[in-house]
Amino acid sequence: MTGTLERGRPVSAAQLSWRADWIRLETVRLIERAGLGHYTSTFSCAEILATLYYHTLRLRPGEPGWPDRDRFLLGKGHVATGLWPVLADLGYYPRGWLDSYGRIGSPLNDHPNMRLAPGIDFSSGALGHNLSVAAGMALAGRLDGRDYRTFVLTGDGELQEGQVWEAAMAASHYQLGSLVAVVDANGFSGAGPTSQAMNIEPLAGRFRAFGWLVHEVDGHDVTALTATFDGLPGTADGQPVCVIARTRKGHGAARLEQAPQAWHLGLLPAEIQAEVVAEISGRMG
Amino acid sequence: MSQDTGTHGSSTSSGTAGGSAGSTAPPMVDVFSDAEPDTALASNPAGHAIAAMADGEPRILTLTADLGAVLAEFRERHPGRYIELGIAETNSVSLAAGLAACDYLPYIFSMAPFGVIKCAEQLRTDVAYNHLPVRLVGRLAGLAMGFFGTSHHAVEDIAIARTLTNMTVVAPADSQAVLALMRSTAGLDGPLYLRVSEGALPVYAAPPRLRHGRWLRLRSGADVTLAGHGMGVGLAVRAAARLAGQGIEADVYDAAYLKPFDETEAVATARRTRRVVTIEDHNQIGGLASIVAETVARHRLSVGLRAVALPDADLEVGLPADLYEHYGLTVDGVVGAAHELVDA
Repeated sequence: MTGTLERGRPVSAAQLSWRADWIRLETVRLIERAGLGHYTSTFSCAEILATLYYHTLRLRPGEPGWPDRDRFLLGKGHVATGLWPVLADLGYYPRGWLDSYGRIGSPLNDHPNMRLAPGIDFSSGALGHNLSVAAGMALAGRLDGRDYRTFVLTGDGELQEGQVWEAAMAASHYQLGSLVAVVDANGFSGAGPTSQAMNIEPLAGRFRAFGWLVHEVDGHDVTALTATFDGLPGTADGQPVCVIARTRKGHGAARLEQAPQAWHLGLLPAEIQAEVVAEISGRMG
Repeated sequence: MSQDTGTHGSSTSSGTAGGSAGSTAPPMVDVFSDAEPDTALASNPAGHAIAAMADGEPRILTLTADLGAVLAEFRERHPGRYIELGIAETNSVSLAAGLAACDYLPYIFSMAPFGVIKCAEQLRTDVAYNHLPVRLVGRLAGLAMGFFGTSHHAVEDIAIARTLTNMTVVAPADSQAVLALMRSTAGLDGPLYLRVSEGALPVYAAPPRLRHGRWLRLRSGADVTLAGHGMGVGLAVRAAARLAGQGIEADVYDAAYLKPFDETEAVATARRTRRVVTIEDHNQIGGLASIVAETVARHRLSVGLRAVALPDADLEVGLPADLYEHYGLTVDGVVGAAHELVDA
């Protein structure tokens, strides 16, 4: 794909939901090839990825380093299996690369590496770093007089990292209105419910207390996500924006949503995988 | 030879320079006070250098975590290009990585114990692995803040920084070397850790020519090698002068480049003298002592080694000059270490 993908591209809710399910199917396929991967935390943010990449972000896949592109940082880097097929589909690299995912020498690692994969604006994997990095990118955009936005997708468990709140302070102190944190609030971290590991709620109140403009939406409702991103304020000085997307870990496949923790990381047995694929495919038509 | 490189102190007669660190070491530095402009070069050479460098390089930005006083000159000359981040070092490093990913050249000025040791993971994952040109200027390294407690010691920073892939690690000997290294590393593609130890005795009368990855030979001799970085260079130069008066000729090196380091020169001098003393205000694990030991072992050289460095032990707390005296980071200490090898 060449040329510029502008912000707010026309796309129906049905198309975005279909794309989210396609991301889920591709995730299952890539994990099967690699032998291991993160299912349920990718499923929870499938609608968010679909909405951002097929509607919201201003991109130029033929020129990944285009200075005016909107930036997207995958703070919860362990869901890169959901992003790799999207970037291939948009033309950042050949679809054939997907088959190498997770192998030695592949540009597509389990967590994204900006030096290897076109379309990755910053590497991730160590939770809690990317909001700081994104604040730096937003500051750079202001210094350069550019109007790009910088989006970061974080998990809610990731917000337990102290550095996130250092970054949250800096973003509001510097009034980084072009910075958007999207929280995939699926309520789980690796070992179990976030609330049991370390309570991070009330998320909206906490971000507001740090000086952010906060929206809370159903993270599986693509219409709500689209409207929220369409309604983002301008990128001039102002409050940074936090979109708390309430999601369900494993959403989109009943077997996985019933056992979100069990399928955080793993490899589905053939019979469960067939069931999951059938459910998603059936919905896609 | 020392005259060729414009060193101070090489002609100092035996016993007059640094016989007692307490009598010659500079006073402690108060980094929370703005330096007077006329003393900035001497007391804050990195802050002075960056203000001038930024005149010709619009991509240079500076960041600190509550250490803005050392950038008073920069802030006055380049308002809008200084980013204060409060007492939040990890955020500073990752945020700088974001700036660097957008083609800026961010210089983080930090206290060495917090900039490197606290932020090791951010430096590794966000900066070094991504080959980003973030520069960390670590002030008050070694025991320069030894008075304040062991929390303020920075004696493991080189060991950490030099294991980070793609990182360049330099430790200037004095103010003139700070100027030289700030300027000569400005064009580096990748990340840099520049370690400043304010307790250093003067070595150079003008900025020395320190080439990338090379050690600078300050004096030639065949009896023993004295190699130091940071404050260790001033001690080495003065110790060599005293040793010469005792009939012992030392090969003296400014080993400012810890990474990449000058393997060729390290091996050459070890072959010549068969005795190497390393001098550094760093734990004896992981710094120059380790670099030299690893190198001579790899080249199968049978060489006597002595490390004038800090022990791997709970360190004392006190005035820097007293601490250096206590741990033998003095001219006497270096002379003694040389004798241990030469007299053996």
